Amino acid sequence: MVSGLINANPIVYEKKERRPRTGPVDLEDEDIKDPEHPYSLEDLKVITEDAIEVDDKRSYVRVTFTPTVEHCSMATVIGLCLRVKLMRSLPSRYKVDIRVAPGTHATEAAVNKQLNDKERVAAALENPNLVDMVDDCLAPSFE
Amino acid sequence: MAIVTEDNAELKEIQKLEGHTDRVWGLAWNPTTGADGVPAVLASCSGDKTVRIWQQSSPTSSFHLKAIIEDTHTRTVRSCSWSPSGKLLATASFDATTAIWAQVGDDFECLSTLEGHENEVKSVSWNASGSLIATCSRDKSVWIWEVLPGNEFDCVSVLQGHTQDVKMVHWHPSEDILFSCSYDNTIKVWAEEGDSDDWHCVQTINEANNGHSSTVWSISFNATGDKMVTSSDDLSIKVWGADIVSMRSGDGYAPWKHLCTLSGYHERTVFSVHWSREGIIASGAADDAIRLFVENQDNLGDGPMYKLLLKKEKAHEMDVNSVQWGSKENGLLASSSDDGTVKIWKLAPRH
Repeated sequence: MVSGLINANPIVYEKKERRPRTGPVDLEDEDIKDPEHPYSLEDLKVITEDAIEVDDKRSYVRVTFTPTVEHCSMATVIGLCLRVKLMRSLPSRYKVDIRVAPGTHATEAAVNKQLNDKERVAAALENPNLVDMVDDCLAPSFE
Repeated sequence: MAIVTEDNAELKEIQKLEGHTDRVWGLAWNPTTGADGVPAVLASCSGDKTVRIWQQSSPTSSFHLKAIIEDTHTRTVRSCSWSPSGKLLATASFDATTAIWAQVGDDFECLSTLEGHENEVKSVSWNASGSLIATCSRDKSVWIWEVLPGNEFDCVSVLQGHTQDVKMVHWHPSEDILFSCSYDNTIKVWAEEGDSDDWHCVQTINEANNGHSSTVWSISFNATGDKMVTSSDDLSIKVWGADIVSMRSGDGYAPWKHLCTLSGYHERTVFSVHWSREGIIASGAADDAIRLFVENQDNLGDGPMYKLLLKKEKAHEMDVNSVQWGSKENGLLASSSDDGTVKIWKLAPRH
């Protein structure tokens, strides 16, 4: 029987010591769970500290994440989780762009376009199944 | 009246309308109000699933909440549009339906619900005579509905052609020609061939013919209907022109040609453009600003055809989703935002 998972055997990385962060972004203060594994996005290096650019003066945040496999169909769900997490934790003055790291996804442009179309995001967040999935990933403790 | 120029123009905030509990997407001025001494009426629709109707007490006084349309749409109300007679209001929702409302006393009564789209309806528009309605959806289709006596609405055509969700539909201000714009980066023009309800795509404007390079969010026309302006996620707005005389003659199709691109002005997605009857183009963008553009009168041949009249930074605390000019007489501009508010502005010379 073939596993139904997109990436059945992901590499789990050792937790890195976090440098203390000042400022409004607490994306890493609470872990975000991978949609199909009991690991955090940080454990899987989907997201790293360096991948979060914050320009407090311009009220701008850009998050660049790296899907574990090139054909990851979970990429839009991961991106949606990141966006919701930031919507819930950042002051509303922030503009947020979310993208997959260049060259890490087969349909990079399509994923980026969808994640940054706020009308599509708004519609997705009215879908109870998707909201459940996002809430599950953002649940404060999963270990 | 003093003349507004780029040196003295000021967009003054007249009023902030609060009450929506989620982002405000669309706005529509009732076209039969705001002139000839009739107090202006404005509809706003929101992610809070409601539509709010705001009215001036007198032609010069402030706006107040007149009615709330709620408990019908079960998801975001994305767009609203008054019929040309001002008697009916159409509301398009993410719940896949479009509702038609009539005012009865102080309340609004739902006359009909247009069903058929597979998922989110994103925009609704009435043609000039009020005999046709167009809707569009994430299901990539554009539907044309006929308005029949007795509050009946019949789907007369389902137009396929866009390859992604359709963001907005807009009828030409005088002719029965329909325009749609999409997440597929194109603008499509639809016209009837013969008199048999046989609607076809007569022109597609894409990146290869000077069109936009990302999602096209909105379309508006000048007063005479020979120019069109479009706004996009590519951070530009574009102006298009067509021969109105041959358009009216019905003698073959008059294609729309690229006239100019206004780029370098917007920092984030331009969600809305609206052309005033006096020729001022307003834009609302995700950089929280409202900008006004006018035709460049000093221009002789070369140089830009349009110039920035003014930029209102931080017009809202969050993205500006819609900008709509009121009647020529009152010179008001309404804007709506993710910050949950609607604002009323007046363009005037600075004193």
